[in-house]
Amino acid sequence: MPVETPLPKLAWKNVSKRFDGPPVLAGLDLAVAAGRSLVIIGGSGQGKSVAIKVALGLIPVDGGEVLLDGVNIAGLDAAGRRQALARVGMLFQGGALFDSLSVWENVAFRLINAEGVPRREARARAIDTLALVRLGPQTADLYPSELSGGMQKRVGLARAIIGAPEILFFDEPTTGLDPITAAAINALIVDRVRSLGCTAVSITHDLASARTIADEIAMLHHGRIVWRGLAAQLDSTDNPYVRQFVDGRTDGPINADR
Amino acid sequence: MTGSDVPESPPPRLLAPVAALGRATLAGAGSIGQVALFALAALRAALTPRWFGGQIGRQLWQVGFLSLPVVGMTIWFTGAALALNVWTGGSRFNAEQAMPQIVAIGITRELGPVLAALMLAGRVAAAMASEIGAMRATEQIDAMTTLSTDPMRYLIAPRLLAGVLSMPLLTLVANCFGIAGGLVVAVQVLDIPPPTYIQNTLDYLQDWDVESGLVKAAVFGFIVALMGCYHGMNARGGARGVGRAATQAVVSSAILILAADYLLTSLFSRM
Repeated sequence: MPVETPLPKLAWKNVSKRFDGPPVLAGLDLAVAAGRSLVIIGGSGQGKSVAIKVALGLIPVDGGEVLLDGVNIAGLDAAGRRQALARVGMLFQGGALFDSLSVWENVAFRLINAEGVPRREARARAIDTLALVRLGPQTADLYPSELSGGMQKRVGLARAIIGAPEILFFDEPTTGLDPITAAAINALIVDRVRSLGCTAVSITHDLASARTIADEIAMLHHGRIVWRGLAAQLDSTDNPYVRQFVDGRTDGPINADR
Repeated sequence: MTGSDVPESPPPRLLAPVAALGRATLAGAGSIGQVALFALAALRAALTPRWFGGQIGRQLWQVGFLSLPVVGMTIWFTGAALALNVWTGGSRFNAEQAMPQIVAIGITRELGPVLAALMLAGRVAAAMASEIGAMRATEQIDAMTTLSTDPMRYLIAPRLLAGVLSMPLLTLVANCFGIAGGLVVAVQVLDIPPPTYIQNTLDYLQDWDVESGLVKAAVFGFIVALMGCYHGMNARGGARGVGRAATQAVVSSAILILAADYLLTSLFSRM
């Protein structure tokens, strides 16, 4: 009796992308099952951010497919892409909060502008969501410029989860944060992903963060996956790329002077 | 030996200027095409639902109301200086009595809309390019897209509508300020009685003088907003790129305003 392979929630199939210069993604093949947390690690400039942006339809692919529940995102029209994006949430590296809007307006942006929720109701839901990321109602009327880096990440996380997304993307969620705040953000990510039961895809070069939030880890190098395994296998693998990256050595297959 | 066997060699040095000209022409054509595609997408977003009323109101305030002082002062001084110049120059061939009419026609048909638009280019196009460029650099525009909101509808369409709706109103006010500048000079410096000045202005000013200026103003408002938004959305390279976008927005707006002014004036002169 044939064994049915479950359809991955999100899959990159032979995805290639080039800007000016060498390819950033060179036949990327990667998939994540529903409810799993995948972390993509790799050095700077190896295509991690581009991998997420093509999955969100923010950058068109040159070749290959990005499949969300088996549907190619690149083949969708604008309305279809908006519908697909309604099922995802994204925490950007710098927060990407809207400067001109208050904290609660940032969190409720999708509710007000995409779903037509009345402002009073949207504000109440935003304050409830802020509580989930350990921010009190007194922060609701502040502006992003009045927040610390850690608070901005929390607000960004609240904005990403308010629509109860099926997939959450995290772009370098702990970059620029002190170790304690980074640990708090990692704990929040794990907590929220488990509570929502959603699929998570994160990119980072912070290995402590990767070990905390990942079920599985994949390593990207020159636009291709060079290793993939369970988070617990990260420290025991003898893959030369992973070993060099984890040990922080300059000698090895990864060119430290790139 | 077939043609495909011939090794590629660089063009002779004599042809280098031709090659450079060709590259520049292709780049220029590419830029024009990109602006045209952006303008079409922006127009579609501006003319079809859904509209973000709050954003449109905010932009009308920013583009229209907050530009009033700078536009008003600019045209007032221009009207006053024009009155003095026409009086001085016109006296050489006994035409100084036509000063009120010349000031009124000059302001309403040409100087009101053009100067208001140039001031708007400096104030508004640069601000739009900087704001949108900074949003691009800090991934706020990507964030907006992931929040299922089309940046063309939320950011660009309101600015375009505000530019097109505000500029005629600003120009109408600017016309009043310009004629008032001429009146003050006429009364205070040249001892012309106010009723005489006003009567001369009203007797010779035709509806089309004002209307043609307002049509120009709407076109100029479109140009200013389009250039501000286009250069902001295409800003690259962090703070330096944002600064470059602001400069390009002002320069391209100013050139396009003057070019459009000539084309529209030519068109109107045949009507």
